Amino acid sequence: MTVHLPGLLDTDAIRKDFPILERLLHGDRPLVYLDNAATSQTPRQVIDAMTHYYANSNANVHRGVHVLAEEATALYEGARDKVAQFINAPSRDEVIFTKNSSEAINLVANMLTWADEPFKVGVGADVVITEMEHHSNIVPWQLLAQRTGTKLKWFGLTDEGRLDLSNIEQVITEETKVVSVVHTSNILGTVNDLEPIVRRAHDVGALVVVDASQAAPHTVLDVQALGADFVAFTGHKMCGPTGIGVLWGRLGLLEELPPFLGGGEMIETVTMSASTYAPAPHKFEAGTPPITEAVGLGAAIDYLSAIGMDRIAAHEHAITGYAIDALNGVEGLKIIGPADNVARGAAISFTFGDIHPHDVGQVLDEQGIAVRVGHHCARPVCLRYGVPATTRASFYLYSTPSEVDALVAGLEHVRQFFG
Amino acid sequence: MKLDGMYQEIILDHYRHPHNKGLRDPFDTEVHHVNPTCGDEVTLRVKLDGEKVLDVSYEGQGCSISQASTSVMTDLVIGHTIEDALNAGDEFLALMQSKGQGEPDEDVLEDAVAFVGVSKYPARVKCALLGWMAFKDATAQALQTTEGQK
Repeated sequence: MTVHLPGLLDTDAIRKDFPILERLLHGDRPLVYLDNAATSQTPRQVIDAMTHYYANSNANVHRGVHVLAEEATALYEGARDKVAQFINAPSRDEVIFTKNSSEAINLVANMLTWADEPFKVGVGADVVITEMEHHSNIVPWQLLAQRTGTKLKWFGLTDEGRLDLSNIEQVITEETKVVSVVHTSNILGTVNDLEPIVRRAHDVGALVVVDASQAAPHTVLDVQALGADFVAFTGHKMCGPTGIGVLWGRLGLLEELPPFLGGGEMIETVTMSASTYAPAPHKFEAGTPPITEAVGLGAAIDYLSAIGMDRIAAHEHAITGYAIDALNGVEGLKIIGPADNVARGAAISFTFGDIHPHDVGQVLDEQGIAVRVGHHCARPVCLRYGVPATTRASFYLYSTPSEVDALVAGLEHVRQFFG
Repeated sequence: MKLDGMYQEIILDHYRHPHNKGLRDPFDTEVHHVNPTCGDEVTLRVKLDGEKVLDVSYEGQGCSISQASTSVMTDLVIGHTIEDALNAGDEFLALMQSKGQGEPDEDVLEDAVAFVGVSKYPARVKCALLGWMAFKDATAQALQTTEGQK
């Protein structure tokens, strides 16, 4: 039976772009890949772009006058242009390539650890995060707090899986220097209303960092509309390769804040006693960057843009709604996170009776269904909702209603196995 | 089906009806071990008496493999000499590292031989070892304390 939902993309055509989706597992089981919040699959267009780069243009960037060096530089910097356009950045110089979102957030935290006034953190200053953050938006701030004496504060969560902003004026105060918050939760699926947070933070003069790891792949991400000061995301969740992420930052801030990593590429001039630094973004990109990966990310952005981020968002909204309805019909299954399909991303976490998620995931895997199990690098969320771990299904532009049906059937099999 | 190789009935039995579960007094040492990839946890107490393991008790939460393995482990070590218990642990570790090729000695490992199938699943080996590692740690700490008192 084929299910038709409004907003669905032509997944038959899209899936042909992804060679891995043709794989059969455990003999004859078609891969049902529902672990897209962990990493997305890679279309042939991205694989080809990277292969073509290695086969034809491989060289180091920003140095050398030979043809290959110039081609490599043009491709690498061209990827930066694509990213800037993709997120509607006012300037391409605001796009810093990093290894991933974690590195992007660590970079901001370290810029601020070493910053002077008016950005100076330390005793008497606060950093504000939330209880629904991925560990990558918790631990860098804990490190900053431990190293500088800054106080770490956070917003709690409601029983419905949303941020509890009822005490926003007490949490974000005149002492607050930074507010770092996730756009879309990787475990709960919650899409946060960032507007009141950005407004309050800017009212008290704090910088706003947004972890957009689960937003950039799935929806239109417009950094100007967002109003934040820094935005982090990663390539491998948006059809790109691993090893490449992005930190976007306001140019004025990037000019004022100090570098973190020192080395080649990030300098203007060097003597044995001191150096001056290149302008942003190169000031924050020490060493040979992930060139092939940037080329791959550029190709991924071309791929996603050709389909349209608004259409991808509509597709995922339809699939998520279908999945929520289907999973709510599974006896003993409890969704951890928003139970409705409003302000919600395409990741659905759940518990399944007393069966441990690790066992759920193992039996689903035997049927070719790939889900994530565990605490999803968001252990405080599990603690908040009193569960040791969850099973998470997460969708993307190639996900289909029949894959949701396969998950539901798979869960019935899990129940029989452990029943 | 292949999974039956991992989820042997004996494992599911221990999971559903764990042995020696629930923390007990007296004890020499208590340790807390976690498997950060999946959130399995065990709190385990050891009471030694000279050369012998007098008691092991635990509380835990986690998947069937981690909880059943801990249950099986307690049967294998309680009332045995420390040396035999640690040897069994070494045998079990070797079995888990065997990638499904191990030929376990049932005289040493008893019910734990059922876990041979788990060794084919790299992601689950840590689950099976959780309780054993906690026991080894708690015992080492208890022995250290005893040494210190001599």
